[in-house]
Amino acid sequence: MIPSAFDYERATSVDDALARLAARGGAGKLIAGGHSLVPLMKLRLNEPGALIDIARIPELSGIRGQDGGIEIGAATVHHAVATSDLLRARCPVIAETAATIGDPQVRNRGTLGGSVAHADPASDYPATLLALDAEIRIQGPGGTRTVAARDFFQDLFTVDLAGDELITAVRFTPTRTAAYAKLYQRASRFAIVGVAAALDVDGGTIRRARLGLTGALSHAVRLTAVEDALAGRPATADGVAAAAARAGDGLNDVNADIHAGADYRRAMVGVFAQRALKAALARSQESAP
Amino acid sequence: MAQVSITVNGKQRTGDVEPRLLLVHFLREQLDLTGTHVGCDTSQCGACTVLVDGRSAKSCTIFAVQADGSEVTTIEGLADGDNLHPLQDGFWEEHGLQCGYCTPGMILSAVTLLEDNPSPSEEQIREGLDGNFCRCTGYQHIVNAVQNAAAGRA
Amino acid sequence: MAAPVLPKLVGQRVKRREDPRLIQGLGTYVDDVKIVGLRHAAFKRSDVAHGRIRSIDTAAAEAMDGVEAVFTGAQIAEFLDPMPIGTPFPSPEHRAVATDVVRYVGEPVAVVVAAGRYAARDAADAIVVDYDTRPAVVDPEVAMTGHPTVIHADFDNNLAVPLVPSGTGVSPDGKTVDDTAVDRAFADADVVVSQRMVNQRLAPTAMEPRGVVAHYERGKDTMTIWSSTQNPHILRTFIALLNGMGEDQVRAIAPEVGGGFGAKINIYGEEYVVASLSRRLGLPLKWTEDRSEAFLATIHGRDIIGYIDVAATRDGKVLGLKLRLIADVGAYNMLLTAAIPTLTMLMANATYDIPAIRTTLTEVFTNKTPTDAYRGAGRPEATYFVERGMDMLARRLGMDPAELRRRNFIPADRFPYATQMGAVYDSGDYAKALDRALANAGWRELQRQRDAARAEGRLVGLGLAMYVEVCGLGPSASLPTGGWEHAQVTIERDGRISATTGASPHGQGNETTFAQMLADQFGVPLEHVRILHGDTGVVKQGIGTFGSRSQAVGGTALHLAGTKVREKMAKFAAALLEAHEEDLVFEDGRISVQGAPDAGKTFAEVAAYAYVPVPLPAGLDPGLSEEAFFEPANNTYPFGCHISMVEVDRDTGELALLRLVAVDDAGNLINPLIVEGQIHGGLAQGIGQAMIEEVRYGADGQPLTGSFMDYAIPRAADLPRFELDATVTPTPVNPLGAKGVGEAGTLGSTPCIVSAAVDALSGFGVTHIDMMLRPEKLWRIIHGGQA
Repeated sequence: MIPSAFDYERATSVDDALARLAARGGAGKLIAGGHSLVPLMKLRLNEPGALIDIARIPELSGIRGQDGGIEIGAATVHHAVATSDLLRARCPVIAETAATIGDPQVRNRGTLGGSVAHADPASDYPATLLALDAEIRIQGPGGTRTVAARDFFQDLFTVDLAGDELITAVRFTPTRTAAYAKLYQRASRFAIVGVAAALDVDGGTIRRARLGLTGALSHAVRLTAVEDALAGRPATADGVAAAAARAGDGLNDVNADIHAGADYRRAMVGVFAQRALKAALARSQESAP
Repeated sequence: MAQVSITVNGKQRTGDVEPRLLLVHFLREQLDLTGTHVGCDTSQCGACTVLVDGRSAKSCTIFAVQADGSEVTTIEGLADGDNLHPLQDGFWEEHGLQCGYCTPGMILSAVTLLEDNPSPSEEQIREGLDGNFCRCTGYQHIVNAVQNAAAGRA
Repeated sequence: MAAPVLPKLVGQRVKRREDPRLIQGLGTYVDDVKIVGLRHAAFKRSDVAHGRIRSIDTAAAEAMDGVEAVFTGAQIAEFLDPMPIGTPFPSPEHRAVATDVVRYVGEPVAVVVAAGRYAARDAADAIVVDYDTRPAVVDPEVAMTGHPTVIHADFDNNLAVPLVPSGTGVSPDGKTVDDTAVDRAFADADVVVSQRMVNQRLAPTAMEPRGVVAHYERGKDTMTIWSSTQNPHILRTFIALLNGMGEDQVRAIAPEVGGGFGAKINIYGEEYVVASLSRRLGLPLKWTEDRSEAFLATIHGRDIIGYIDVAATRDGKVLGLKLRLIADVGAYNMLLTAAIPTLTMLMANATYDIPAIRTTLTEVFTNKTPTDAYRGAGRPEATYFVERGMDMLARRLGMDPAELRRRNFIPADRFPYATQMGAVYDSGDYAKALDRALANAGWRELQRQRDAARAEGRLVGLGLAMYVEVCGLGPSASLPTGGWEHAQVTIERDGRISATTGASPHGQGNETTFAQMLADQFGVPLEHVRILHGDTGVVKQGIGTFGSRSQAVGGTALHLAGTKVREKMAKFAAALLEAHEEDLVFEDGRISVQGAPDAGKTFAEVAAYAYVPVPLPAGLDPGLSEEAFFEPANNTYPFGCHISMVEVDRDTGELALLRLVAVDDAGNLINPLIVEGQIHGGLAQGIGQAMIEEVRYGADGQPLTGSFMDYAIPRAADLPRFELDATVTPTPVNPLGAKGVGEAGTLGSTPCIVSAAVDALSGFGVTHIDMMLRPEKLWRIIHGGQA
């Protein structure tokens, strides 16, 4: 398949990219790895008038620890996230999430920012960013702003990002006690259901839990009912199992397609919530002194 | 039209291209490097896999303009003169191909696989080839081929 | 009959001679073909499943840069006749490009010719078609009622083939049917198991999509057509026919072909259109299929419903079998469409001595892509229905599935065996294959492992399936194209051997296996032999590669041609050496007199003499080149046994294949390495059908699996390491004793995995599960109450 014609420009800096985007009015679209966008363009489901390439803007790539937090540049490829020593040591859940995306070639090109901006309802990163309570850092003509992940993912392919803005980075406070579990759609390798769970464990008790869900609904969401039910419970497999098992019960408008009906997806939310929680608990025990 | 300059198999190649020209079509139609194949439209099958700046990538999901200034290695550039790359030898030795259409992409994916992990387990080889479809072999001889190459390099 | 071929290279795991070019990217597939002045074609395709074309607006397309011509179906119909088919069944008119009514999503409605690939695509997209949509029907059992639509006016109730009976008591012409024996078998039975089963629709998905380049040269009035085809000679015949040209004027070339799996037997509308437009416009023209097009426009496989009834005694002797088949053939008949389900009927006897069988077949049109041959083509379907039926019977009787099979096998001393279905099985020893598979799998130990796993709450299951397939197609009576194969073997003037074969391969490695045979036949190194194929300008005649026939039929033709050349060469050598022919030895590239190797002549010396024969020996013509046609007296019937172990994830319903043990008997093997590769590939496709592959349509006829985003084929990590073994029961049908192996893997693997899944979930009361074994389906069985 062959995309429609478009203009192409390569931006040298974030400011340059924003200026080029502004100059294009609504017709410009950013491209980094292109692994969400290009397949849609080839099928002519997306026909931008101009692409502005931000893949080589130096400040957009890289994984940095700062002030107790970690910042990942928007143009950082999945492979770099999946194999980062820093992330594997301090926040393995995000490396593990990246490692489930697509396949090796896709991970060599696809970027965090592209995935997050595209917000496919079955993409993996959003669940984990929600569980990490991550912030999306955005730059636009009016300057920079920061949006919490839970506010960023709004609807089907819809996020809190204007057409003249770009995502510069994602920031979060790292935790070792978090994990991602995913039921693969076997053709596309997207998530039929994916759940990321992050736990604050103190003295054998769950102080706070955060769960992000992808695949089941029009966009990724926090499973706040489960989070509330988990708070204060013993940090054991049995302790989490009951709270997680019904995680899908309260969900409305669950996706249904040829790969999975709504009932099944709803049930899988519980199954994968449990799996993510158990894996996160196992990490909490590993990292205990 | 845009001008691109890409180092392909060690040689700098330039061309005037439409921005929408896919890298795979630049390689196949402008440079006559037809060893890189197209097997799908949606970035699954991996028949178009080449190395871009040293790592496996699907050249059907990259515009040639995006690769401007990059180094690209295709199957035609893998052998060292008359000496086949160990993976090429491995595929030949272990009957790792039948129709041969997926083979160039499969080999280039395996190049990155072995660079990342020179002594992979069978499971790691199979997972490392997630981005490459073969409809002929059932993959067993492909796994053997990668093992053969890994053993030869060790 | 013992194989006369000396076991020197034959039987060895020889590395393939095709590979050096393919592993270096030096092969030439059809999309790699370039010709000066080459133009590109793109098709506008219907996006409705059923409708009348009200209007087509091509103005915008015609005005675009680089566009040279746009043709609607009606314009094409002015110079291109409807597409022919290769079966004797009545068939509706099928235009390469629809003129009036479209009947499936993806049917071509117009074609663009442009300077480049991208321009052609842009212009095709700019064509606007207005449809008066009609109701669509996608369920064949609904379509059979004639509601809500009739797809072809002359085919009442959408019946492509009305009910055809076969089996016990049916006269050869099918006109009289005596049910006495079948009725008695069911009346006498202690137990009858009955089940409706769906053998679902699949997409063949060769990794190389289709493609064609046609080059009409006006000065010579000749056409050269390159196509990704399994049978260039059949292509030549049909391209000549529809262009009003002689076969002598058309040269068809199958370059490297990136997989076929049956789907590239057909001659497709795109081939006819590209050839006729090249001729009409006087331009070389190329069309390359996108994968998105391939899911719509390349034939699909399978899609047949079977209602099976098995009647048996309580100790497991099968008395009778009924199999009512309803085949969904999609919107049109392609080359062999109507014939494929008849192979399912033909193989209903399976490996068993069943005294009474009744099969019936109905073929139904629906608003879907046409079906045709896909790897196995009718035989996996038969195997699936009968083996699942046998498994259900074993479960009902509480009998070990292996023991039930054993009690019903056609005994090894009964071959050749005439089945109730009219086949004559050439040779077989089914118990031997079963015993070997049971031993290799460690059947008893596997059963212990399964039971131990179940005691821990795990859902582990075992499955077993026998198969027999009809291969080596076949006598000409069974194929409208002719069932022979052709070969020519030439000792060139320098002593090297070149040989042509009509069995045009697409991954089977014929350049290697055929060279192994000839090298042994002539006592020369492999390097002295070259196999030529895939070009009707070089290979005078041929049928092609399908139906697991290339070794059994094509290989035999080569062997026969080689025998003729060897005899003639011996005569020249005898004259040179002043010896008797019968005293000559062909060894190490020389021909010498037995006992006096030093006095021999090289092939080059003998060839030089044969081509400049001074003096010409009495009774000989110059030259060393002989051809042979081989017409087999019968098909071959390879067989085997496949065993699998699976585990179902209780929480998700995901199915994991833990082990796959296969014992296949394809008769004598020329190259076991290549044979293993063929079996591996077949297994992967059979496993894919059982576990992850299914073409789906919405009720409105819109395809829901239009890309690899939604249609899964097995990846490396989806499959276990297969455990293969072989028994060898040569066929008497050809002098090589080879039966054919290309499709075998798809037969046993599919039912054995479904049976294993049923076994794993038997605690939930399930006795059959239709494919594909989608996790949600298995999860619903496990969690029935809460689903």
